[in-house]
Amino acid sequence: METSLSGRSSQPGSRPGYRLRNIAVWFAALPLLAFLVVPIVAMLLRLEWGDLWQTLGTSVVAQAIGLSLVTSLAATILALVFGAPLAYLLARRHFRGRTIIDTLIDLPMVLPPSVAGIALLMAFGRRGLIGAPLAEYGIMLSFTQVAVILAQCFVAAPYFVKAATAGFASIDRELEQAAALDGASARQVFGLITVPLAWPALFSGAVMTWARALGEFGATIIFAGNLPGRTQTMPLAIYLGFERDLNLALTLAVILLAISFAVLALVKGLLRQRVGVS
Amino acid sequence: MKHAALAVIAVVLALVLAACGAPQASQSTSPPPPTSPPAAPTEVPTTGPTVAATATTLSGPLIVFAAASLTDAFEAIATAFEQAYPGTEIIFNFAGSQQLAAQINEGAPADVFASANRSQMEVAIEGGRVISGTQQTFVRNRLVVITPSDNPAGITTLQDLTNPGLRLILADQAVPVGQYSLAFLARASALPAYTENYSATVLANVVSFEDNVRSVLTKVALGEGDAGIVYSTDAALEADNILQIAIPDELNTIASYPIAPIADRANPALAQAFIDFVLAPEGQQILVKYGFISPEGT
Repeated sequence: METSLSGRSSQPGSRPGYRLRNIAVWFAALPLLAFLVVPIVAMLLRLEWGDLWQTLGTSVVAQAIGLSLVTSLAATILALVFGAPLAYLLARRHFRGRTIIDTLIDLPMVLPPSVAGIALLMAFGRRGLIGAPLAEYGIMLSFTQVAVILAQCFVAAPYFVKAATAGFASIDRELEQAAALDGASARQVFGLITVPLAWPALFSGAVMTWARALGEFGATIIFAGNLPGRTQTMPLAIYLGFERDLNLALTLAVILLAISFAVLALVKGLLRQRVGVS
Repeated sequence: MKHAALAVIAVVLALVLAACGAPQASQSTSPPPPTSPPAAPTEVPTTGPTVAATATTLSGPLIVFAAASLTDAFEAIATAFEQAYPGTEIIFNFAGSQQLAAQINEGAPADVFASANRSQMEVAIEGGRVISGTQQTFVRNRLVVITPSDNPAGITTLQDLTNPGLRLILADQAVPVGQYSLAFLARASALPAYTENYSATVLANVVSFEDNVRSVLTKVALGEGDAGIVYSTDAALEADNILQIAIPDELNTIASYPIAPIADRANPALAQAFIDFVLAPEGQQILVKYGFISPEGT
């Protein structure tokens, strides 16, 4: 990436033909860019901005926003806590079946979320593989906020694991060995060398996980159901709002858009500062 | 260039409008009898020459636009009909009634319209493609309370829906059946047999408002919910995995399904034969088998 960038910058911009090629590249890039941006603009244009604050104040909207933020954050923390060891294992240990495990982790990213929802119900539902024994003790997961978090974690955690695996794998192991030689404990090596070096990958992986969790819909509506104030996250409120009140759906959609955009932009800015990669 | 293109568009539009207008004009001069007797299906209701040429034969394709909830029952009826009238072929378009009515008014090539409620049939009548009075109620649908077959919460009466800790699943109020469910609870609350707080207490037990009725059915049949409210036709599909508790008529919302021929079509005799078949005992038996109730008794 960086080498190609520096190679490009050595080219004089005034070289004949460069400007033409520049225009050609812009023309080739524009259709997809426009395709991705136009629907969002269309949505913004359609929203009745005058009603925005009023709609924001309704309890359904406020509840959905709060619930979405809390659950997606919880799902991200779960993914971090349990995903980091898994990523470390995949990056540092070479064992039989490693590729199979790697592929299994890919599955939730490839499967339609509705499949994820059905699978979660089969596992953690009241009659499910794990849910049935839990129900014996009076613990029921489906239709609860825990179910929302589990659904989000199931579809989103693989994004963190993939990014963190790549991050751990990219570290120069001699640095860790040098620290160990200088008397650092294994824990110190991990905390002071490995994690800081893998930080950009861990951070961007966590953000991708959070973004995916925030947008989760299919697995949630199947496994956690739809109850305003308890399991109705923003994507669910948007979907049902579309059938009942378009402006409500548009308002929520624009808020979701604004939150996502702000967080992603902030994160990209932070990453650029930390790593110095443009 | 621009003017030429505009002129072409204008001509095309004029032709289309003329084509649309023509059959309607012939309808208004000689509408078919409101209830054509089943004994005389070959009676030609319109006088147009193209109609007369093909209307005398009970063969060929017939396009039926039917509400999605009729899917299983109508497919069974079509099989029986095609056996009874060899050489015919029923082609279905199943969708939400509101979509079907809109398509019909847009000029979709439908021969028969079977709607899940009266209001969408009215839409087709206002659109001029169904003649008022030709529609007949052929079946009714009603709400039932369902529980998983092992009835984990031990629900036997409608009053049991207020039991604390019950996991009740309803359809969202964006869905008609969700509105009917709320209407049932509201009506019950007004009766002394239930309490004033009946609706509020039951609604406090709701763990999910599903986005369609089939997902209420599936989650209750799976045992995730202790109870749910669905159409009796949905309940019939999962008869092995659920128990039903009837909702009395005075509390229930009974949905009436009207059926009618589309007025401007080439083979009205075949359309009428199909409608008669649906209304005849054989068609009614199939519909009852799929959980519908016959229109008699209203």
